[in-house]
Amino acid sequence: MSAPAVAGRVPALATGRRAERSLGALAFHLALLLALLVALLTLATLLVDVASKGAGWVDRGFLSSLDSRFPERAGIRPALVGTAWLMVLTALISFPLGVGAAIYLEEMAPRNRLAGFLELNVANLAAVPSVIYGLLGLAAFVRAMQLGRSIMAGSLTLALLILPVIIVASREALRAVPGSIREAAYAVGATSWQVTWRQVLPAALPGMLTGLILGLSRAIGETAPLITLGALTYVNFVPRHPYDRFTAIPIQIYNWVSRPQTEYQHVAAAGIILLLGMLLAMNALAIYLRNRYERRW
Amino acid sequence: MTVAAEQAIARALTGRRRRYGERLVRTLLLACGVLSVATTLGIVASLTFEAVGFFREVPVLDYLTGTSWGPTFRPPSFGVLPLLGATVLIGLTSMLVAVPVGLGAAVYLAEYARPGARRVLKPVLEVLAGIPTVVFGYFALTFLTPTLLQRLLPGTGVFNALSASLAIGIMAVPLVASVSEDAMRAVPQALREGAFALGAARRTVALRVVVPAALSGIAAAVILGLSRAIGETMIVAIAAGQMPNLSIDPREPMQTMTAYIVQISQGDTPYGSVEYRTIFAVGATLFLLTLGLNAASLRLVRRLRERYE
Repeated sequence: MSAPAVAGRVPALATGRRAERSLGALAFHLALLLALLVALLTLATLLVDVASKGAGWVDRGFLSSLDSRFPERAGIRPALVGTAWLMVLTALISFPLGVGAAIYLEEMAPRNRLAGFLELNVANLAAVPSVIYGLLGLAAFVRAMQLGRSIMAGSLTLALLILPVIIVASREALRAVPGSIREAAYAVGATSWQVTWRQVLPAALPGMLTGLILGLSRAIGETAPLITLGALTYVNFVPRHPYDRFTAIPIQIYNWVSRPQTEYQHVAAAGIILLLGMLLAMNALAIYLRNRYERRW
Repeated sequence: MTVAAEQAIARALTGRRRRYGERLVRTLLLACGVLSVATTLGIVASLTFEAVGFFREVPVLDYLTGTSWGPTFRPPSFGVLPLLGATVLIGLTSMLVAVPVGLGAAVYLAEYARPGARRVLKPVLEVLAGIPTVVFGYFALTFLTPTLLQRLLPGTGVFNALSASLAIGIMAVPLVASVSEDAMRAVPQALREGAFALGAARRTVALRVVVPAALSGIAAAVILGLSRAIGETMIVAIAAGQMPNLSIDPREPMQTMTAYIVQISQGDTPYGSVEYRTIFAVGATLFLLTLGLNAASLRLVRRLRERYE
């Protein structure tokens, strides 16, 4: 039985009504509701504010034009293409690595100190500020590996950034596969990799993909690490290959927000609407995947 | 039967055949697992390498105690206190929003909300957590400052620390709420039932039983929120301004450590110059600060888990 179900019912049976209806109890209840309300109202205000400022500015020209010195001609195409490149490459890099790490930790690692250490390390990495990942990307990918300030350097950085998200989600998906399936496969003579590859992985895949999408929806809004590794804030060409220089939607938004002319606030709002729309689509896809393919055992 | 054949049968029965493919896969998977350690080492190495170069030119003591930050001034000054002060001030004031709102929401969700309400409210809070920080920065600069702060507090600049604090505070609410709600839900139901059996009201159960029992988890949530606030970059870069300022007046513009890193990265700073190295020195300072907070928070969560599981 879940906690709130009990918490909601028991007091009505067990406590005097007077205690629940005292002024203090009501005031406390109201204060709690107020806390939730502050968070939700801020969210609503933010969305309405962005929608009202940017609504008229999202049109075909906005999506297909380059950036411009004139706000009414400014478009987001270079950033849109840059973001698309980043997302595809980040997914291709981070998914196999994250799933591999999760399989090792869940299915193969002996329960020893190494496993505990790896787990602690993942937990710590998840809380490192994203701007620090940017410095890592600058030193390791842009300089040491000489990738330059390219889409590839950005994708590698973002892949490392979302790795903890994918690892944690994939481990949960693996844990949800019942042990009886593994035991049945072992019983007919499968090796441990055959069990993992043919039985466990297919069953856990929807959960892992959900994790990937959650990771990507974090990556798509990341601005600081990309600026830090030197993605240009003013790029006026559409990148053609992974080693091109690039800009991305959140960087473009930051660039517009920083301009003094007030019209650019509307252009920025239009960019935000596009970004939030993409986020919404990604999350809807994650929910769909979860509902469509996830099996309850 | 020959000895060799007997051995082959024995191997087949005990499953002791050497399977090189299995070993290879295992090694590859181990490599994936170790990659996260390599990432940590990479972060430490890249920060240390450039920071050491920086501290060869600027004495550590000057860096830590100097009250003026101006790497491009002539003569340049490298006192980190203005950046550190702004970081800590904005971090702490944002907690004035995130802690009461986050804990209030957590207590409501864990102790008051019916399952149906909880199913709706939790995802909505998660939407708040999913909004990119550049959007919160935009909101702070174009909404909070002109329509709220400049009306209520005369003397508030276009760029000010307070709008960034408020936006970061709201951004950190879902984190504080979800970690502390998890801690409260981990408190055994028997404790609540015991209190209800004694005739306690829900408020008493929440404040005198559940919150004290979950206190280490709640502390972990607050520390994690603070760490997140200190590492937040885009909100401060957009809304708090880019002027190093050693002050405790949140109406003034300030530059945090993270905002400084962004400012320098935007320009074309020559590789290997002192200015290039400053961002790694500042980054190392920030990393140590958040690492300490994260370690403290993880420790508290583990302590809670040990007690009830």
